[in-house]
Amino acid sequence: MNTKEKYDLADMVIAHALKSGADQVAVTISDNRSTEIEIRDQKIDTLKESNRSNLSVDIYTENKYSSHSTNRMKKEELLKFIEEAIAATKYLAPDEFRTLPEPELYYSGGGPELNTLDPEIDSLDARKKIDMANQSLNEAYGEDERIISVSSYYSDSISNMVKVASNGFRGDSGSTGISLAVSVSIKSDAGRPSDYWYENSRFIDRLKKTDIGREALARALNKMNPKKIASGKYPVIIENRVAGNIAGPIYNSLSGANIHQKQSFLIGKQDKPITSSILTVYDDPFIPSGSGSRLFDSEGLASVRRPVIENGVLKNYYIDTYYGKKLGMKPTSGSSSNVVFGKGKRSPQEMISSISKGVYITGFIGGNCNLSTGDFSYGIEGFYIENGRIVHPVNEMNITGNMNTFWFSLSELGNDPRENDSIMIPSLMFENAVLSGI
Amino acid sequence: MILRRREFIRTSGIAAAGSLVIPPLLHSCKMSRLSDNAESYMSHFEVTREQLQKVISAAMEKGADYADLYFEHSLNNTSALEDGKVNSAYSNIAYGVGIRVLKGDQTGYAYSEVISEEAMLKAARTAANIADVSGKYLNARVSELTSPSYYAVGASWEDYSVRDKIPFIQRMNDRVFAADNRVAKANVYLSDKTSYILFFNSEGLLAWDYRPLVFLAGVCIMEDKGRIENFFSGRSFRKGSEFLTNELVDEMSDEVVRKTSLLFEAIRPEPGEMEVVVGAGESGILLHEAMGHAFEADFNRKDLSIFSDMMGKKIAEPFVRIIDDGTIPGNRGSLNFDDEGNLSKKTVLVDEGILTSYLHDRISSKHYNIDPTGNGRRESFRHIPMPRMRCTYMDNGPHKKDEIISSVNKGIYVDSFSNGEVNIGQGDFTFFVKFGYLIENGKLTRPVKDVNIIGNGPQALADIVMAADDMIINDGVWTCGKNGQGAPVSMGIPTVKIKKLTVG
Repeated sequence: MNTKEKYDLADMVIAHALKSGADQVAVTISDNRSTEIEIRDQKIDTLKESNRSNLSVDIYTENKYSSHSTNRMKKEELLKFIEEAIAATKYLAPDEFRTLPEPELYYSGGGPELNTLDPEIDSLDARKKIDMANQSLNEAYGEDERIISVSSYYSDSISNMVKVASNGFRGDSGSTGISLAVSVSIKSDAGRPSDYWYENSRFIDRLKKTDIGREALARALNKMNPKKIASGKYPVIIENRVAGNIAGPIYNSLSGANIHQKQSFLIGKQDKPITSSILTVYDDPFIPSGSGSRLFDSEGLASVRRPVIENGVLKNYYIDTYYGKKLGMKPTSGSSSNVVFGKGKRSPQEMISSISKGVYITGFIGGNCNLSTGDFSYGIEGFYIENGRIVHPVNEMNITGNMNTFWFSLSELGNDPRENDSIMIPSLMFENAVLSGI
Repeated sequence: MILRRREFIRTSGIAAAGSLVIPPLLHSCKMSRLSDNAESYMSHFEVTREQLQKVISAAMEKGADYADLYFEHSLNNTSALEDGKVNSAYSNIAYGVGIRVLKGDQTGYAYSEVISEEAMLKAARTAANIADVSGKYLNARVSELTSPSYYAVGASWEDYSVRDKIPFIQRMNDRVFAADNRVAKANVYLSDKTSYILFFNSEGLLAWDYRPLVFLAGVCIMEDKGRIENFFSGRSFRKGSEFLTNELVDEMSDEVVRKTSLLFEAIRPEPGEMEVVVGAGESGILLHEAMGHAFEADFNRKDLSIFSDMMGKKIAEPFVRIIDDGTIPGNRGSLNFDDEGNLSKKTVLVDEGILTSYLHDRISSKHYNIDPTGNGRRESFRHIPMPRMRCTYMDNGPHKKDEIISSVNKGIYVDSFSNGEVNIGQGDFTFFVKFGYLIENGKLTRPVKDVNIIGNGPQALADIVMAADDMIINDGVWTCGKNGQGAPVSMGIPTVKIKKLTVG
């Protein structure tokens, strides 16, 4: 379906829903095409082509709400689908807070060009995709006798969507993405350590295509024969690649739904410090070609660049229309776009050199955070640091604490945010993290 | 389930009344020895036997070894309660066919969400590209799989409207609020899914299945003197609407209130290594993470698992017997046949402490030249099958629960969890404890909460030093994730003592 056909179908669904008893309706029609290739030890392991479509419809009738989606696009079936959905909605309890957004908050055109779509990806030859994966693989394959297996992964995707709401919103967007990744497993005396590296971009020309296999191999080799260290308090550096994991609970706690349902440790913290003062984070939807860039969010709300945390002080929650009404707050957006952390001056290596005894965390395994209280505990892997140098890999340890206090021990930001990810977070240093080991 | 011969393409299971769209019935059974049910499934997906064979031929035309077609029509309905009322509902329909082509251990995959001959042939030819020689394929004689029925449904979810569900959901909310005046919020979800599956492969095997899956879940949030705690209770089965009873709702409500209120007394234990006793039931997550994943044969045939060279070796005490079972009636992890057309089984993984079997899909069972174990599963027609667990549990051991707890001087007893993870190659695994108790001088003392436990799989398995006779299968809402695919699973274990794990 092209964009015009999507608009036509959306208009048809809305007209039918309004005729069948809905008071307000919003329809989103999207499709996505993607290719995934895995090459293992120089042989194609998997070739997968995907082509999917979805139509979703939000129905508001008699102050009652429901949402439905289907990949069956036949017109007669859709009409029936809508009628049944409306009939079922009427059995629900009314909820005065359920309405479409206020029209004045909708995006109504005139936004900047975000450059999220690379037309070249659509016409990319399958052979070229396989060659790219092979190149990445060959950087590692056969390069060390301890290698058990090397896999490389190519993937691309092309997505298009149209959204129409009965109170005036009309918008469409398109985006592409392409990525290369390599994972390497090696044999050691104890176990089979593995690691990976990846690069991604919206544009094939801007995708970094080298040093992916090499990096994955180096990382796997560095992980041989890990040991755990004594339980205690240590300064830690969390690598940019996984630092988003430790920031995740903050993000979850900023959502209007979690605040209203008391599953947030950041209730009532607006304009109060929630981290050490060195941290500033923006939600920036307008970064050209950014992974999370958008002119409007999933409700159609016009994008706004907003501070989330400014010098450690919480400035904005993520509030959608529904929870905004329930909380008596103005909607911002219910979801993040590009999350941009400020950056520091030093690389992780330079930060390591200033630590006398500590841990460089390069991976998390399992664990969780209780969002109501902020209590967390995660499995970690990484490296033990002594006198400014990495001594040996560590594993089978946990990092434990409470988010409300932990973030105040943030002492330094790295100079290395991953700029192609939607969470642009650098490596982070924390003082006095509680680690459990022996 | 025995299908009634009725028109069954429904547009939405949340239907107020069963209003149907009737598919054109395409009968092609002149030479048929297929059952009426098989014919209904073919009409459901608007395909004929000739079309199935034609699509398979296209999939095989470049010299593949094997191909299969996996048709799925799933209807998913969720009703949600928040702030005291059932005030939102959600539904999803997924419909399509996945076409898989194998050449040795190589896989080509494509799917189509439109089931027409043209669309299927296009997808088949895309998937066929994994092989690159021209080959000759002759259609195999069609035979229908005779499969057992591990989840016979009393009453279909499709005949059960949101109106019928609301009283049960509301009941949980009301009972939770009535139980304790500290309750600040309750969230309740009821989600049911009905899947129609039709499977056909290049060996001529035709199979069909009707798969129900339901879960009911409640979250209780309590506030006491400025502190907030929450707990979750869930139950899931492959059952029809007979699943919903007042007794079940009351049991879950009482459980979630009791556990939430205990959290106010709970502390976080001092971190470090200690003896760990895992309680019967939910602690089966230990088996799932510490060994289950590393027993999956895709990792082992690629030599990536820490257990890759341990087949036939002693890996645990002689009383340890671990099973992965896809045949427990009504169980969340059960399947009549797996997503590659192989009958589900009860597979013994560890017997008398010796590793006896991995979990296989078609590729790995061929690699090891053994019978399939029925573990080839996929999230949907959009996904490639791979070895997955079903219900993974450990049989009863020789000890008593009291005996186990009283044997611990300083340690921890845990029985409620939220999640876990494993590193296949190194064997490190974790599980996150929502609730448990300290053990001091052989007695359970203070409640504990929100703590991660980490260990090493082979070591932890060898360190199972006691197991009680109180095995329970846990019917919680467990979804296992692997390579981006979710699969419903369950787990079970008796009370077990592990000599040493690191508690966070």
